[in-house]
Amino acid sequence: MSSRTLISSTQVKRGRVVYWTLLAVVVTVFTLVFLGPLYWMVTGALKSGQEIAQTPPTLFPQDPRVQNYADAWNHLNLGKLLFNTFYYAAGAVVFQLVLDTAAAYALSKLRPVLGTAILGSMLATLMIPAMVLIVPQYVTVIELPVVHLNLLDSPFAIWLPMVANAFNIFLLKRFFDAIPDELVQAAQVDGASPLRTLASIILPMARPILGVVSIFAVTAVWKDFLWPKLVMPHPDTRTVSVGIYAFAGGTPMNVVIAASVIAAIPTVVIFLIFQRNIMSGLTSGGLKG
Amino acid sequence: MSVLTAAARVHEEVTVHPAGSRRRRRILDDLTGHAFLIGAVLCFALFMWYPMIRGVVMSFQRTRRGETTWVGWDNYTRIVADPSFWTAWQNTFVFTVLALVLGYALPFFVAILLNEFRHATGYLRILVYLPVMLPPASALFLFKYYAYDPSEAGLFNAILTAVHLPTSEWMQSPRMTIPAMVIASTWMNMGSAVLIYLASLQNIPGELYEAAELDGAGVWRRIVHVTIPQTRLILALLAMMQIVATMQLFIEPLILANGAGTQDSAVSVAYLIYQHGFFQNDLNGAAALGVIMLLVLAVFSAYYVRLTTRKDDA
Repeated sequence: MSSRTLISSTQVKRGRVVYWTLLAVVVTVFTLVFLGPLYWMVTGALKSGQEIAQTPPTLFPQDPRVQNYADAWNHLNLGKLLFNTFYYAAGAVVFQLVLDTAAAYALSKLRPVLGTAILGSMLATLMIPAMVLIVPQYVTVIELPVVHLNLLDSPFAIWLPMVANAFNIFLLKRFFDAIPDELVQAAQVDGASPLRTLASIILPMARPILGVVSIFAVTAVWKDFLWPKLVMPHPDTRTVSVGIYAFAGGTPMNVVIAASVIAAIPTVVIFLIFQRNIMSGLTSGGLKG
Repeated sequence: MSVLTAAARVHEEVTVHPAGSRRRRRILDDLTGHAFLIGAVLCFALFMWYPMIRGVVMSFQRTRRGETTWVGWDNYTRIVADPSFWTAWQNTFVFTVLALVLGYALPFFVAILLNEFRHATGYLRILVYLPVMLPPASALFLFKYYAYDPSEAGLFNAILTAVHLPTSEWMQSPRMTIPAMVIASTWMNMGSAVLIYLASLQNIPGELYEAAELDGAGVWRRIVHVTIPQTRLILALLAMMQIVATMQLFIEPLILANGAGTQDSAVSVAYLIYQHGFFQNDLNGAAALGVIMLLVLAVFSAYYVRLTTRKDDA
């Protein structure tokens, strides 16, 4: 792991003072730049309206008002909003895991006719900016072709488009490609159906990548804004980001910030727990080679 | 061993069967394969492939009171005539360039720096990536209310006052709107670029640095002659991805500037799509603007690919 980088280890040893000074500076600056605003957010939401308008601003809340957080929870109906977001995220994970894994398995191991063309058409969608498709996608969701269903305010309006994720298919297929074909053939010879092979040979080996895909699905739903804003217009179906935005206009600043803090807690916790998986997924996600 | 024999047995099985049953077998296998694919393919068809075509078709139609008619280029002329059209493109372009200068070069140097440290690397990585995990709406409210508070109680203004620099009105000043959006956007997004760079930096063979050092190359020349050429592919790819992402600038103007901003200083192409489609009841005009955006990005990508491949030859 400790392979040679820009500066050699001997150089580092010679310039030990410089190294430690630089490290101290970087650690301080990074903490201030990346953690500082979060500290400001959490504590700012504890201040009173008066204290927040004070110059110079106070570093610690003089009279911490937990009431702001309670107000955010009650006025914005955050419990409901968080539940909705969690429900959409969980469904997205299930749909992605089932349908994208099956598709990647077919493309990697079963390789039916036109498989390459299908994969190509899927990957081509990576080139299309989301904003370009937002209007025709919306029009499609209000009236699905052929079946003429309206998916507005239905969780399927979030779940199904999440399946159309070429990056996931690519990620999964790459992982499956690394599993030797002989293993699959051996299972087939032993009379295992393709489904059985997927369930008892491929999936157990693919656990790490399935974890990465699930985490990405959860954070994608949690962070998404415009799409849920459009397809979940009813106040009872909103996601947490959209809900806070909808209330921001008529709510005191500190309460909005308190709500933003609460909305951010789940993704931050997920990140702190799964940071290794997230980082490895991000860096091995096809961008390396 | 057992794997090998199994593979041999499969081979045997296939050769033994007569042609007709082999074809039937192949068709059955194909059907099974497509059965596994069907769910994802349907989702792609409904929410990706069909909307792509539908978007182009819509841009030449007009739907009024449930009646759809072909209107030729009307939507395009109407959208271009929107008073905010050119401002939106200009803002988007300025934002993209500034975000590229800040959000593209900065992560690269941060990654190079982090790669040199032998301590606290885990902590630093977590720090850089933490903002990426925040819901953008949360992070932007933080910037809007606390950092960009135009009074002296705002975080940025308090810092500026502390170091005796003039304060700014941030989002209320049309001149500062785009830089303020670039700062917020870079803070939120740079983490993923840093991590991707870090991974590619770790793939650079140490011998190259060794050799460069023996040739007397200093740190800066090692970066220019080893690090950058070795990571060129990732650099090129990320530049492309970053440009496509920043061209879609939307949530920053929506939250930080309440949409268009002071004197249209924040209005972006993506925001204009949103406004036409969902406020002015002009989905067709919005679709036309989407097609224009796609074409601009396509022309740009083609040019970009030519540029990077030509460098390859040299």
